[in-house]
Amino acid sequence: MDPKTLKKDFPVLVHDESFVYLDSAASSLKPTQVLDKLNEYYTNYGVNVHRGVYQLSYVATEKYNEARKKAADFINADKDEVVFMRGASSALNFVALSYGYKHINAGDEIIVSELEHHSSVLPWQQLAKNIGAKLVYVPLTKEGRITVENFKKVINDKTKVVALTYVSNVMGYITPIKEIIEIAHSFNAVVSVDAAQAAPHLNIDVKALDCDFLSFSGHKMLAPTGIGVLYGKYSILKSCPPIEFGGDMIDLVTKEDATYNDPPIRFETGTPPIAGAIGLGAAIDYLNDLGLDNIHKHEQELAKYTIGKMLEIEGVTVYNPTTDTGVIAFNIDNVHPHDAVTIFDENNIAMRAGHHCAQLVTQFLNTISTLRISFYVYNTMDDSDKFIETLKEAVDFFKSMGF
Amino acid sequence: MDKMQNLYRQVIMDHYKNPRNKGLVDDESYRTVHLKNPSCGDDITVQTKIENGIIVDAKHEGTGCSICCSAASVMSEIVIDKPVEEALKISENLTKMLSNQEYDKSVDLEEAIVYEGVRQFPARVKCASLAWKAFEGTTKESE
Repeated sequence: MDPKTLKKDFPVLVHDESFVYLDSAASSLKPTQVLDKLNEYYTNYGVNVHRGVYQLSYVATEKYNEARKKAADFINADKDEVVFMRGASSALNFVALSYGYKHINAGDEIIVSELEHHSSVLPWQQLAKNIGAKLVYVPLTKEGRITVENFKKVINDKTKVVALTYVSNVMGYITPIKEIIEIAHSFNAVVSVDAAQAAPHLNIDVKALDCDFLSFSGHKMLAPTGIGVLYGKYSILKSCPPIEFGGDMIDLVTKEDATYNDPPIRFETGTPPIAGAIGLGAAIDYLNDLGLDNIHKHEQELAKYTIGKMLEIEGVTVYNPTTDTGVIAFNIDNVHPHDAVTIFDENNIAMRAGHHCAQLVTQFLNTISTLRISFYVYNTMDDSDKFIETLKEAVDFFKSMGF
Repeated sequence: MDKMQNLYRQVIMDHYKNPRNKGLVDDESYRTVHLKNPSCGDDITVQTKIENGIIVDAKHEGTGCSICCSAASVMSEIVIDKPVEEALKISENLTKMLSNQEYDKSVDLEEAIVYEGVRQFPARVKCASLAWKAFEGTTKESE
Protein backbone atom coordinates (compact mmCIF):
# COMPACT_ATOMS: atom_id res chain seq x y z
CA MET A 1 0.00 0.00 0.00
CA ASP A 2 1.14 3.52 -0.76
CA PRO A 3 -0.11 6.11 1.74
CA LYS A 4 0.79 8.98 -0.58
CA THR A 5 -1.63 7.69 -3.23
CA LEU A 6 -4.19 6.81 -0.56
CA LYS A 7 -4.38 10.45 0.51
CA LYS A 8 -6.26 11.15 -2.72
CA ASP A 9 -9.15 9.03 -1.44
CA PHE A 10 -9.69 11.31 1.55
CA PRO A 11 -11.41 14.61 0.68
CA VAL A 12 -10.25 16.30 3.89
CA LEU A 13 -6.64 15.69 2.86
CA VAL A 14 -7.27 16.68 -0.75
CA HIS A 15 -8.86 20.01 0.23
CA ASP A 16 -5.83 20.94 2.31
CA GLU A 17 -2.66 19.19 1.29
CA SER A 18 -0.66 20.72 4.13
CA PHE A 19 -3.00 19.26 6.75
CA VAL A 20 -1.46 16.52 8.90
CA TYR A 21 -4.02 14.39 10.69
CA LEU A 22 -2.61 12.55 13.69
CA ASP A 23 -5.79 11.91 15.66
CA SER A 24 -7.15 8.74 14.03
CA ALA A 25 -7.34 6.97 17.40
CA ALA A 26 -10.13 9.44 18.19
CA SER A 27 -11.78 9.16 14.78
CA SER A 28 -10.44 8.35 11.34
CA LEU A 29 -11.01 10.37 8.19
CA LYS A 30 -13.47 8.90 5.67
CA PRO A 31 -12.60 7.95 2.08
CA THR A 32 -14.70 8.84 -0.97
CA GLN A 33 -15.51 5.15 -1.43
CA VAL A 34 -17.41 5.22 1.88
CA LEU A 35 -19.00 8.64 1.35
CA ASP A 36 -20.25 7.53 -2.09
CA LYS A 37 -22.02 4.53 -0.54
CA LEU A 38 -23.79 6.78 1.97
CA ASN A 39 -24.90 9.01 -0.84
CA GLU A 40 -25.96 6.02 -2.92
CA TYR A 41 -28.23 4.77 -0.14
CA TYR A 42 -29.87 8.14 0.48
CA THR A 43 -30.13 8.91 -3.23
CA ASN A 44 -31.28 5.58 -4.65
CA TYR A 45 -33.01 3.50 -1.99
CA GLY A 46 -33.20 5.63 1.19
CA VAL A 47 -36.14 3.86 2.82
CA ASN A 48 -36.62 1.71 5.91
CA VAL A 49 -35.52 -1.90 6.32
CA HIS A 50 -37.42 -5.02 7.46
CA ARG A 51 -40.81 -3.30 7.13
CA GLY A 52 -41.96 -2.32 3.68
CA VAL A 53 -43.33 -4.95 1.36
CA TYR A 54 -42.17 -3.10 -1.70
CA GLN A 55 -39.20 -3.25 -4.03
CA LEU A 56 -37.17 -0.34 -2.66
CA SER A 57 -37.44 -1.52 0.95
CA TYR A 58 -36.35 -4.93 -0.22
CA VAL A 59 -33.24 -3.40 -1.80
CA ALA A 60 -32.42 -1.40 1.35
CA THR A 61 -32.90 -4.52 3.51
CA GLU A 62 -30.63 -6.55 1.21
CA LYS A 63 -27.89 -3.91 1.41
CA TYR A 64 -28.24 -3.69 5.18
CA ASN A 65 -27.96 -7.48 5.52
CA GLU A 66 -25.03 -7.50 3.13
CA ALA A 67 -23.27 -5.02 5.43
CA ARG A 68 -23.88 -7.34 8.38
CA LYS A 69 -22.34 -10.21 6.45
CA LYS A 70 -19.28 -8.06 5.65
CA ALA A 71 -18.90 -7.07 9.30
CA ALA A 72 -19.22 -10.73 10.32
CA ASP A 73 -16.63 -11.89 7.78
CA PHE A 74 -14.31 -9.09 8.89
CA ILE A 75 -13.94 -10.75 12.32
CA ASN A 76 -14.70 -14.33 11.20
CA ALA A 77 -18.08 -14.44 12.94
CA ASP A 78 -21.45 -15.75 11.76
CA LYS A 79 -23.77 -13.02 10.58
CA ASP A 80 -26.32 -13.64 13.34
CA GLU A 81 -23.61 -12.96 15.89
CA VAL A 82 -23.17 -9.37 14.73
CA VAL A 83 -25.41 -6.78 16.39
CA PHE A 84 -25.28 -3.28 14.95
CA MET A 85 -24.98 -0.63 17.65
CA ARG A 86 -24.24 3.09 17.88
CA GLY A 87 -20.56 2.38 18.47
CA ALA A 88 -18.20 0.50 20.76
CA SER A 89 -19.44 2.53 23.74
CA SER A 90 -23.03 1.35 23.42
CA ALA A 91 -21.88 -2.20 22.67
CA LEU A 92 -19.72 -2.30 25.81
CA ASN A 93 -22.55 -0.82 27.85
CA PHE A 94 -24.92 -3.43 26.46
CA VAL A 95 -22.75 -6.30 27.66
CA ALA A 96 -22.93 -5.01 31.24
CA LEU A 97 -26.57 -3.93 31.15
CA SER A 98 -27.92 -7.09 29.52
CA TYR A 99 -25.56 -9.98 30.17
CA GLY A 100 -24.06 -8.51 33.34
CA TYR A 101 -27.25 -7.78 35.27
CA LYS A 102 -28.67 -11.17 34.36
CA HIS A 103 -25.66 -13.28 35.32
CA ILE A 104 -23.73 -11.42 38.02
CA ASN A 105 -24.62 -11.64 41.71
CA ALA A 106 -23.41 -10.01 44.91
CA GLY A 107 -19.92 -11.22 45.79
CA ASP A 108 -18.99 -12.11 42.20
CA GLU A 109 -15.87 -10.56 40.73
CA ILE A 110 -15.31 -8.64 37.50
CA ILE A 111 -11.81 -8.15 36.15
CA VAL A 112 -10.93 -4.88 34.40
CA SER A 113 -7.73 -2.82 34.01
CA GLU A 114 -6.44 0.72 34.34
CA LEU A 115 -5.84 0.77 30.60
CA GLU A 116 -9.57 0.72 29.91
CA HIS A 117 -11.42 3.46 28.08
CA HIS A 118 -14.17 4.86 30.33
CA SER A 119 -16.80 3.01 28.28
CA SER A 120 -15.12 -0.30 29.05
CA VAL A 121 -14.77 0.16 32.81
CA LEU A 122 -17.62 2.44 33.95
CA PRO A 123 -20.54 0.13 33.01
CA TRP A 124 -18.95 -2.56 35.22
CA GLN A 125 -18.01 -0.11 37.98
CA GLN A 126 -21.65 0.99 38.11
CA LEU A 127 -22.96 -2.59 38.00
CA ALA A 128 -20.58 -3.66 40.76
CA LYS A 129 -21.77 -0.80 42.98
CA ASN A 130 -25.42 -1.55 42.28
CA ILE A 131 -25.38 -5.28 42.99
CA GLY A 132 -22.49 -5.60 45.43
CA ALA A 133 -20.07 -7.29 43.06
CA LYS A 134 -16.34 -6.63 43.24
CA LEU A 135 -14.36 -4.79 40.59
CA VAL A 136 -10.81 -6.16 40.36
CA TYR A 137 -7.97 -4.48 38.45
CA VAL A 138 -5.22 -6.46 36.73
CA PRO A 139 -1.98 -4.99 38.08
CA LEU A 140 -0.13 -3.31 35.21
CA THR A 141 3.59 -3.80 34.72
CA LYS A 142 5.93 -0.82 35.22
CA GLU A 143 5.67 -0.25 31.48
CA GLY A 144 1.89 -0.15 31.80
CA ARG A 145 1.10 -3.47 30.20
CA ILE A 146 -1.45 -6.16 30.97
CA THR A 147 0.39 -9.50 31.13
CA VAL A 148 -0.78 -13.09 31.37
CA GLU A 149 1.29 -13.46 34.53
CA ASN A 150 -0.44 -10.54 36.25
CA PHE A 151 -3.83 -11.68 35.00
CA LYS A 152 -3.29 -15.04 36.70
CA LYS A 153 -2.83 -13.18 39.99
CA VAL A 154 -6.38 -11.81 39.96
CA ILE A 155 -8.50 -14.51 38.32
CA ASN A 156 -10.25 -16.95 40.65
CA ASP A 157 -13.43 -19.00 41.00
CA LYS A 158 -15.44 -15.87 41.87
CA THR A 159 -14.56 -14.17 38.56
CA LYS A 160 -17.65 -14.06 36.35
CA VAL A 161 -16.63 -11.49 33.72
CA VAL A 162 -13.32 -10.29 32.31
CA ALA A 163 -13.65 -6.96 30.48
CA LEU A 164 -10.38 -5.89 28.89
CA THR A 165 -9.11 -3.74 26.08
CA TYR A 166 -7.45 -5.41 23.08
CA VAL A 167 -5.33 -2.34 22.27
CA SER A 168 -4.89 0.55 24.71
CA ASN A 169 -6.04 3.88 23.28
CA VAL A 170 -3.29 5.79 25.13
CA MET A 171 -0.36 3.35 25.32
CA GLY A 172 -0.93 1.43 22.08
CA TYR A 173 -0.10 -1.89 23.74
CA ILE A 174 -1.66 -5.10 22.45
CA THR A 175 -3.09 -7.20 25.27
CA PRO A 176 -2.21 -10.93 25.15
CA ILE A 177 -5.95 -11.44 24.94
CA LYS A 178 -5.98 -14.95 23.44
CA GLU A 179 -4.05 -16.46 26.36
CA ILE A 180 -6.15 -14.46 28.83
CA ILE A 181 -9.38 -15.75 27.28
CA GLU A 182 -8.17 -19.33 27.55
CA ILE A 183 -7.37 -18.91 31.23
CA ALA A 184 -10.63 -17.05 31.91
CA HIS A 185 -12.62 -19.87 30.33
CA SER A 186 -10.89 -22.43 32.51
CA PHE A 187 -12.46 -20.51 35.43
CA ASN A 188 -15.82 -20.37 33.59
CA ALA A 189 -15.60 -16.59 33.26
CA VAL A 190 -16.98 -14.78 30.21
CA VAL A 191 -14.68 -12.37 28.34
CA SER A 192 -15.75 -9.06 26.79
CA VAL A 193 -13.09 -7.52 24.55
CA ASP A 194 -12.97 -3.80 23.77
CA ALA A 195 -11.62 -3.88 20.20
CA ALA A 196 -12.27 -0.21 19.34
CA GLN A 197 -8.52 0.40 18.88
CA ALA A 198 -7.85 -3.08 17.45
CA ALA A 199 -10.39 -3.52 14.66
CA PRO A 200 -9.02 -0.63 12.52
CA HIS A 201 -5.46 -1.99 12.66
CA LEU A 202 -5.31 -5.75 13.33
CA ASN A 203 -6.73 -8.91 11.80
CA ILE A 204 -9.33 -10.17 14.24
CA ASP A 205 -10.62 -13.73 14.28
CA VAL A 206 -13.22 -14.16 17.01
CA LYS A 207 -13.29 -17.94 16.53
CA ALA A 208 -9.53 -18.22 17.03
CA LEU A 209 -9.66 -15.82 20.00
CA ASP A 210 -12.70 -17.66 21.37
CA CYS A 211 -13.90 -14.39 22.99
CA ASP A 212 -17.49 -14.22 24.22
CA PHE A 213 -18.11 -10.57 23.32
CA LEU A 214 -16.13 -8.16 21.18
CA SER A 215 -17.01 -4.54 20.46
CA PHE A 216 -15.78 -1.97 17.96
CA SER A 217 -16.76 1.32 16.32
CA GLY A 218 -17.07 2.12 12.64
CA HIS A 219 -15.85 5.71 12.76
CA LYS A 220 -12.33 4.74 13.86
CA MET A 221 -11.98 2.48 10.79
CA LEU A 222 -12.98 4.78 7.92
CA ALA A 223 -16.74 4.26 8.37
CA PRO A 224 -19.35 6.88 9.38
CA THR A 225 -20.09 7.88 12.97
CA GLY A 226 -23.09 6.28 14.69
CA ILE A 227 -22.41 2.68 13.68
CA GLY A 228 -20.57 0.01 15.62
CA VAL A 229 -20.54 -3.71 16.13
CA LEU A 230 -21.21 -5.93 19.09
CA TYR A 231 -20.09 -9.47 18.44
CA GLY A 232 -21.42 -12.13 20.81
CA LYS A 233 -21.25 -15.92 20.64
CA TYR A 234 -24.71 -16.91 19.47
CA SER A 235 -25.56 -19.10 22.47
CA ILE A 236 -24.59 -16.26 24.81
CA LEU A 237 -26.46 -13.61 22.83
CA LYS A 238 -29.48 -15.88 22.96
CA SER A 239 -29.34 -15.78 26.77
CA CYS A 240 -29.21 -11.96 26.81
CA PRO A 241 -32.40 -10.04 27.57
CA PRO A 242 -33.17 -6.95 25.48
CA ILE A 243 -32.48 -3.60 27.16
CA GLU A 244 -34.41 -1.53 24.63
CA PHE A 245 -37.94 -2.34 23.56
CA GLY A 246 -40.00 -1.36 20.53
CA GLY A 247 -40.53 -2.25 16.91
CA ASP A 248 -38.70 -5.01 15.04
CA MET A 249 -37.28 -6.67 18.15
CA ILE A 250 -40.58 -8.36 19.07
CA ASP A 251 -42.17 -11.67 18.16
CA LEU A 252 -45.70 -11.61 19.60
CA VAL A 253 -47.21 -8.73 21.59
CA THR A 254 -50.26 -8.97 23.86
CA LYS A 255 -51.67 -6.53 26.42
CA GLU A 256 -49.91 -8.34 29.24
CA ASP A 257 -46.72 -9.68 27.74
CA ALA A 258 -44.48 -9.95 24.72
CA THR A 259 -42.04 -12.42 23.24
CA TYR A 260 -38.93 -11.30 21.46
CA ASN A 261 -37.19 -11.89 18.19
CA ASP A 262 -33.92 -13.83 18.04
CA PRO A 263 -30.53 -12.10 18.06
CA PRO A 264 -29.31 -9.93 16.45
CA ILE A 265 -32.68 -8.25 15.68
CA ARG A 266 -33.70 -8.64 19.35
CA PHE A 267 -31.18 -5.91 20.19
CA GLU A 268 -31.82 -3.60 17.24
CA THR A 269 -35.13 -1.93 17.95
CA GLY A 270 -36.07 1.20 16.03
CA THR A 271 -34.91 2.15 12.58
CA PRO A 272 -31.23 1.20 12.54
CA PRO A 273 -28.41 3.36 11.16
CA ILE A 274 -28.91 1.87 7.68
CA ALA A 275 -26.61 4.24 5.81
CA GLY A 276 -24.03 3.84 8.57
CA ALA A 277 -24.09 0.05 8.26
CA ILE A 278 -23.75 0.24 4.47
CA GLY A 279 -20.90 2.72 4.94
CA LEU A 280 -19.23 0.33 7.38
CA GLY A 281 -19.46 -2.39 4.74
CA ALA A 282 -17.70 -0.10 2.25
CA ALA A 283 -15.01 0.76 4.82
CA ILE A 284 -14.41 -2.94 5.43
CA ASP A 285 -13.99 -3.50 1.66
CA TYR A 286 -11.47 -0.65 1.60
CA LEU A 287 -9.49 -2.04 4.56
CA ASN A 288 -9.55 -5.58 3.15
CA ASP A 289 -8.15 -4.28 -0.14
CA LEU A 290 -5.24 -2.74 1.73
CA GLY A 291 -4.83 -5.75 4.02
CA LEU A 292 -4.91 -5.37 7.79
CA ASP A 293 -1.44 -6.88 8.12
CA ASN A 294 -0.04 -4.22 5.78
CA ILE A 295 -1.84 -1.49 7.72
CA HIS A 296 -0.47 -2.71 11.04
CA LYS A 297 3.05 -2.95 9.63
CA HIS A 298 2.84 0.54 8.12
CA GLU A 299 1.72 2.06 11.44
CA GLN A 300 4.41 0.24 13.39
CA GLU A 301 7.07 1.53 11.00
CA LEU A 302 5.83 5.10 11.32
CA ALA A 303 5.66 4.85 15.11
CA LYS A 304 9.14 3.37 15.38
CA TYR A 305 10.62 6.03 13.09
CA THR A 306 8.84 8.83 14.96
CA ILE A 307 9.68 7.61 18.47
CA GLY A 308 13.34 7.29 17.48
CA LYS A 309 13.39 10.97 16.56
CA MET A 310 11.34 12.02 19.61
CA LEU A 311 13.76 10.34 21.99
CA GLU A 312 16.59 12.44 20.52
CA ILE A 313 14.85 15.66 21.55
CA GLU A 314 15.74 16.91 25.01
CA GLY A 315 12.71 17.96 27.04
CA VAL A 316 10.26 15.44 25.58
CA THR A 317 8.91 12.49 27.57
CA VAL A 318 7.50 9.54 25.60
CA TYR A 319 5.31 7.39 27.85
CA ASN A 320 5.16 4.34 25.60
CA PRO A 321 8.39 4.01 23.59
CA THR A 322 7.60 0.31 23.12
CA THR A 323 4.12 0.87 21.66
CA ASP A 324 2.87 -2.06 19.56
CA THR A 325 0.73 0.09 17.26
CA GLY A 326 0.62 3.61 15.84
CA VAL A 327 -0.28 5.35 19.11
CA ILE A 328 2.30 7.54 20.88
CA ALA A 329 1.62 9.27 24.22
CA PHE A 330 4.01 12.02 25.28
CA ASN A 331 4.49 15.41 26.90
CA ILE A 332 6.81 18.35 26.55
CA ASP A 333 8.42 18.68 29.98
CA ASN A 334 6.91 21.46 32.13
CA VAL A 335 4.42 22.39 29.42
CA HIS A 336 0.74 21.66 29.87
CA PRO A 337 -0.56 19.63 26.89
CA HIS A 338 -3.13 22.30 26.13
CA ASP A 339 -0.39 24.89 25.76
CA ALA A 340 1.65 22.54 23.60
CA VAL A 341 -1.15 21.49 21.29
CA THR A 342 -1.75 25.09 20.19
CA ILE A 343 1.61 25.19 18.38
CA PHE A 344 0.76 22.00 16.51
CA ASP A 345 -2.63 23.41 15.61
CA GLU A 346 -0.90 26.54 14.30
CA ASN A 347 1.19 24.31 12.04
CA ASN A 348 -1.93 22.55 10.75
CA ILE A 349 -1.23 19.34 12.66
CA ALA A 350 -4.26 17.82 14.41
CA MET A 351 -3.61 15.74 17.49
CA ARG A 352 -5.11 15.03 20.89
CA ALA A 353 -4.41 16.70 24.23
CA GLY A 354 -6.17 15.54 27.36
CA HIS A 355 -6.95 12.35 29.21
CA HIS A 356 -8.34 10.55 26.13
CA CYS A 357 -11.44 9.26 27.99
CA ALA A 358 -9.09 7.06 30.01
CA GLN A 359 -8.41 8.93 33.25
CA LEU A 360 -7.16 5.76 34.95
CA VAL A 361 -4.27 5.64 32.46
CA THR A 362 -3.25 9.25 33.06
CA GLN A 363 -3.41 8.55 36.80
CA PHE A 364 -1.19 5.51 36.26
CA LEU A 365 1.27 7.72 34.36
CA ASN A 366 1.13 10.17 37.25
CA THR A 367 0.28 13.11 35.05
CA ILE A 368 -2.75 15.37 34.57
CA SER A 369 -3.03 14.76 30.87
CA THR A 370 -0.92 13.91 27.85
CA LEU A 371 -0.46 14.66 24.19
CA ARG A 372 -1.22 11.81 21.84
CA ILE A 373 -0.55 11.21 18.17
CA SER A 374 -1.89 8.22 16.29
CA PHE A 375 -1.08 7.03 12.77
CA TYR A 376 -3.35 5.42 10.22
CA VAL A 377 -3.38 4.32 6.59
CA TYR A 378 -3.07 7.82 5.11
CA ASN A 379 -0.10 8.97 7.21
CA THR A 380 3.34 9.22 5.63
CA MET A 381 6.95 9.71 6.65
CA ASP A 382 6.48 13.33 5.57
CA ASP A 383 3.71 13.68 8.15
CA SER A 384 6.05 12.29 10.77
CA ASP A 385 8.86 14.67 9.72
CA LYS A 386 6.54 17.66 9.89
CA PHE A 387 5.41 16.57 13.33
CA ILE A 388 9.00 16.20 14.57
CA GLU A 389 9.93 19.61 13.16
CA THR A 390 7.01 21.22 14.98
CA LEU A 391 7.80 19.32 18.16
CA LYS A 392 11.34 20.77 18.12
CA GLU A 393 9.91 24.22 17.43
CA ALA A 394 7.50 23.81 20.35
CA VAL A 395 10.22 22.70 22.77
CA ASP A 396 12.36 25.71 21.81
CA PHE A 397 9.46 28.14 21.93
CA PHE A 398 8.26 27.16 25.38
CA LYS A 399 11.83 27.14 26.68
CA SER A 400 12.29 30.68 25.36
CA MET A 401 9.05 31.72 27.05
CA GLY A 402 10.37 30.48 30.37
CA PHE A 403 8.25 27.38 30.89
CA MET B 1 5.26 32.41 15.59
CA ASP B 2 4.29 36.07 16.08
CA LYS B 3 0.82 34.85 16.88
CA MET B 4 2.24 32.47 19.47
CA GLN B 5 4.39 35.19 21.00
CA ASN B 6 1.35 37.42 21.17
CA LEU B 7 -0.52 34.65 22.98
CA TYR B 8 2.16 34.00 25.58
CA ARG B 9 2.82 37.63 26.57
CA GLN B 10 5.29 38.52 29.31
CA VAL B 11 2.51 39.46 31.74
CA ILE B 12 0.82 36.11 31.23
CA MET B 13 4.05 34.19 31.80
CA ASP B 14 4.77 36.26 34.89
CA HIS B 15 1.39 35.47 36.43
CA TYR B 16 1.76 31.81 35.42
CA LYS B 17 5.10 31.45 37.16
CA ASN B 18 4.37 33.73 40.11
CA PRO B 19 0.65 33.55 40.70
CA ARG B 20 -0.84 36.20 43.01
CA ASN B 21 -3.53 35.45 45.60
CA LYS B 22 -3.10 31.72 45.09
CA GLY B 23 -4.34 29.26 47.70
CA LEU B 24 -7.81 28.83 49.15
CA VAL B 25 -8.91 29.85 52.63
CA ASP B 26 -11.11 27.91 54.99
CA ASP B 27 -13.38 30.80 55.88
CA GLU B 28 -17.15 30.82 55.58
CA SER B 29 -17.26 34.51 54.78
CA TYR B 30 -15.79 33.59 51.36
CA ARG B 31 -17.95 32.28 48.53
CA THR B 32 -16.43 29.38 46.60
CA VAL B 33 -17.05 28.23 43.02
CA HIS B 34 -15.29 25.27 41.39
CA LEU B 35 -15.31 24.93 37.59
CA LYS B 36 -13.79 22.34 35.30
CA ASN B 37 -13.22 21.90 31.62
CA PRO B 38 -13.42 18.10 31.49
CA SER B 39 -12.16 17.86 27.92
CA CYS B 40 -8.70 19.27 28.68
CA GLY B 41 -8.54 18.97 32.46
CA ASP B 42 -8.46 22.68 33.38
CA ASP B 43 -9.74 22.83 36.94
CA ILE B 44 -10.13 26.12 38.82
CA THR B 45 -11.60 27.10 42.17
CA VAL B 46 -12.23 30.79 42.91
CA GLN B 47 -13.16 32.38 46.25
CA THR B 48 -14.27 35.93 46.89
CA LYS B 49 -15.09 37.82 50.04
CA ILE B 50 -17.61 40.58 49.50
CA GLU B 51 -18.41 43.27 52.07
CA ASN B 52 -20.96 46.00 51.38
CA GLY B 53 -20.82 45.39 47.66
CA ILE B 54 -17.03 45.59 47.54
CA ILE B 55 -14.79 42.61 46.76
CA VAL B 56 -12.36 42.75 49.65
CA ASP B 57 -10.47 39.59 48.77
CA ALA B 58 -10.17 36.98 45.99
CA LYS B 59 -8.34 33.66 46.03
CA HIS B 60 -7.83 30.92 43.48
CA GLU B 61 -6.38 27.43 43.20
CA GLY B 62 -6.28 24.86 40.45
CA THR B 63 -4.48 23.06 37.69
CA GLY B 64 -4.42 23.74 33.99
CA CYS B 65 -2.54 25.31 31.15
CA SER B 66 -0.64 28.58 31.43
CA ILE B 67 -3.47 30.62 29.94
CA CYS B 68 -5.99 29.23 32.41
CA CYS B 69 -3.81 29.50 35.53
CA SER B 70 -2.44 32.95 34.72
CA ALA B 71 -5.94 34.26 34.01
CA ALA B 72 -7.01 33.27 37.52
CA SER B 73 -4.13 35.27 38.98
CA VAL B 74 -4.78 38.31 36.77
CA MET B 75 -8.48 38.14 37.60
CA SER B 76 -7.81 38.11 41.35
CA GLU B 77 -5.65 41.25 41.17
CA ILE B 78 -8.18 43.10 39.05
CA VAL B 79 -11.27 42.37 41.13
CA ILE B 80 -9.85 43.01 44.61
CA ASP B 81 -11.05 46.33 46.04
CA LYS B 82 -13.58 46.84 43.26
CA PRO B 83 -17.34 47.14 43.65
CA VAL B 84 -18.97 43.90 42.47
CA GLU B 85 -20.81 45.72 39.66
CA GLU B 86 -17.61 47.18 38.25
CA ALA B 87 -15.75 43.85 38.39
CA LEU B 88 -18.65 42.08 36.67
CA LYS B 89 -18.62 44.70 33.92
CA ILE B 90 -14.94 43.96 33.28
CA SER B 91 -15.63 40.21 33.33
CA GLU B 92 -18.55 40.52 30.93
CA ASN B 93 -16.68 42.70 28.43
CA LEU B 94 -13.52 40.63 28.67
CA THR B 95 -15.49 37.47 27.85
CA LYS B 96 -17.02 39.24 24.85
CA MET B 97 -13.61 40.49 23.71
CA LEU B 98 -12.12 36.98 23.96
CA SER B 99 -14.84 35.46 21.82
CA ASN B 100 -14.61 38.22 19.22
CA GLN B 101 -17.97 39.79 20.04
CA GLU B 102 -18.76 43.51 20.18
CA TYR B 103 -17.81 44.88 23.57
CA ASP B 104 -17.85 48.19 25.38
CA LYS B 105 -14.38 49.62 24.74
CA SER B 106 -14.90 52.35 27.32
CA VAL B 107 -14.56 49.67 30.01
CA ASP B 108 -10.92 49.42 31.12
CA LEU B 109 -9.97 45.74 31.01
CA GLU B 110 -6.74 46.64 32.82
CA GLU B 111 -4.06 43.96 32.72
CA ALA B 112 -6.53 41.43 31.29
CA ILE B 113 -6.17 43.19 27.93
CA VAL B 114 -3.06 41.03 27.37
CA TYR B 115 -5.40 38.13 26.65
CA GLU B 116 -6.47 39.72 23.37
CA GLY B 117 -4.01 37.37 21.65
CA VAL B 118 -6.35 34.51 22.61
CA ARG B 119 -8.92 35.81 20.12
CA GLN B 120 -6.86 34.25 17.34
CA PHE B 121 -7.07 30.85 19.02
CA PRO B 122 -10.77 29.94 19.33
CA ALA B 123 -9.87 26.61 20.95
CA ARG B 124 -8.23 28.49 23.84
CA VAL B 125 -10.99 30.99 24.68
CA LYS B 126 -12.35 28.61 27.30
CA CYS B 127 -8.94 28.49 29.00
CA ALA B 128 -8.81 32.27 29.35
CA SER B 129 -12.38 32.68 30.55
CA LEU B 130 -12.75 29.77 33.03
CA ALA B 131 -11.49 31.71 36.09
CA TRP B 132 -13.67 34.71 35.20
CA LYS B 133 -16.73 32.43 34.88
CA ALA B 134 -15.94 31.04 38.32
CA PHE B 135 -15.53 34.57 39.66
CA GLU B 136 -18.94 35.56 38.26
CA GLY B 137 -20.38 32.52 40.02
CA THR B 138 -19.07 33.66 43.39
CA THR B 139 -20.81 37.02 43.06
CA LYS B 140 -24.12 35.45 42.06
CA GLU B 141 -24.18 33.24 45.10
CA SER B 142 -23.59 36.16 47.40
CA GLU B 143 -26.49 38.22 46.10
